[in-house]
Amino acid sequence: MNPGFSQWMSGGGPEGDIVLSSRIRLARNLSGMPFPHRMKDEEGRAMLSTVEDAVAELEPGWNIQFKRLDSLAPLERQLLMEKHLVSPMLIQNPIRYEGVALDDRESISIMVNEEDHLRVQVLLPGLQLDEAWQVANRLDDTLEQHLDFAYDENSGYLTAWPTNLGTGLRASVMLHLPALVMTRQAPQVFTTLAQVGIVVRGLYGEGSEALGNIFQISNQVSLGLTEDELVHNLTVVAQQIVGRERNARQHLMEQAQLPLADRVGRAWGILTNARVMTSDEALRLLSDVKLGVDLGLIKGPLPYTFSQLTVMTRPAFLQVDAERELAPGERDQIRAATLRTHLLGKD
Amino acid sequence: MNEDQGQVCQRCQQKPAQVHFSKVVNGEKSERYLCEDCAREEGAFHFMLGPQFTVQHVLGGLIGQAGMPANRATVDTRACPDCGYTYREFAESGRLGCDRCYQAFRSELNPLILRLHGRVEHRGKLPSRGAKHLKAQRELDRLRQEMAEAVKREDFEEAAKIRDHIRTLTGGEAHESGI
Ligand SMILES: [Zn+2]
Ligand SMILES: [Zn+2]
Repeated sequence: MNPGFSQWMSGGGPEGDIVLSSRIRLARNLSGMPFPHRMKDEEGRAMLSTVEDAVAELEPGWNIQFKRLDSLAPLERQLLMEKHLVSPMLIQNPIRYEGVALDDRESISIMVNEEDHLRVQVLLPGLQLDEAWQVANRLDDTLEQHLDFAYDENSGYLTAWPTNLGTGLRASVMLHLPALVMTRQAPQVFTTLAQVGIVVRGLYGEGSEALGNIFQISNQVSLGLTEDELVHNLTVVAQQIVGRERNARQHLMEQAQLPLADRVGRAWGILTNARVMTSDEALRLLSDVKLGVDLGLIKGPLPYTFSQLTVMTRPAFLQVDAERELAPGERDQIRAATLRTHLLGKD
Repeated sequence: MNEDQGQVCQRCQQKPAQVHFSKVVNGEKSERYLCEDCAREEGAFHFMLGPQFTVQHVLGGLIGQAGMPANRATVDTRACPDCGYTYREFAESGRLGCDRCYQAFRSELNPLILRLHGRVEHRGKLPSRGAKHLKAQRELDRLRQEMAEAVKREDFEEAAKIRDHIRTLTGGEAHESGI
């Protein structure tokens, strides 16, 4: 199996140098069925079949394929998580009755029996929340012709957590913010965001660390606003953060170009010469190199996008690529070799 | 004045906390204090969000406050008639057992929903089958109102016209659903 890249990693899209990706997620449940955390095994399996049938009814143009998670090897499941196509929650053991439906570009993913019966996700490169919402909305319209979604005329879509009630919509944007971190503005920016109802998380969602200066921001409130309003609000906030990051970059170039060039040059030197590298170190150095390329301190473009490089150095991707399980020490060697060849364009 | 003074870093439990994060969920504030070293690693700042920051962990506390402590015992034993999920399970986990739980625990849920979202009324999309039904219902309500007003001002011709319109609409409905 070739681990492959998803369309969202292409590095394009509006503000694509700073906004790595945009995601819309809709939480949906079938009425009259317990939520996944309360399901008996046979109810869970029945839900899988129901959604599998509904996906099979979609027009061929969607190109969506359904998979039961128990039909995938643990490494393949982890790879889906590293590519942000499923949540860490979905692949948590024990695997009982979880499923995922993916389109051929890996832009659409429908998680089945995660915290809600369905979580419809659309993932696009750059700042394209509205575009992602349009796709998710159309897919939702199509799915509801085959599935009896639980809703209430006053409360909207009914979800396992009351935090997702109403629209069931979570919009999120993944941002690369090295200059805000270097200039130590990040904590203040994030504190402000929290006060206006924006949640900040690390690279792999809740509770995860912001590795590689990559942050995910999303709306906290899902009820009382229309989907368009939620999407618009987060887009505006993302644009403001992008503006601050650009200011910080300019400030660094004016005030600290030499130490900055030194730092990104050292990162490039290590990435293209090291023989052993952990994935955390790789993310940290790749963040520096990416900033260097963005600011013209390192000659670009790189043969691979930043998103592709961050994903290809994750543990499951490396192992699926190598077509075998690798011990952590061996993994670090192969990671170093992968980065050397891919950054220098020698593969 | 620095309100962080005297705080010890929550991560290493050694150095004084200098970086302060806070998160506000509709007025409910949860806070975290870190030292600079823990907040920054080799020049790179790592923003840590502990699990205590997730909304889910704050929910339990909110439900406690949203409920009525006075009749806690009676509330505790109530369960969703559809899935058997108890109010106690809901209050402990912060999540519901099935979609019908929303009806079963409505009185406790409404203040919680208000705290979480700042609003209780959905304004977004609805399933089109449901929305169609809702739209038709609203149209009928409007027509009945108009008919009542026509009767009140003794415009019986107009009232009869509206009544026929209502009949067409409801007849159409009945026909559509195969009755
Ligand atoms: Zn510390
Ligand atoms: Zn229930």
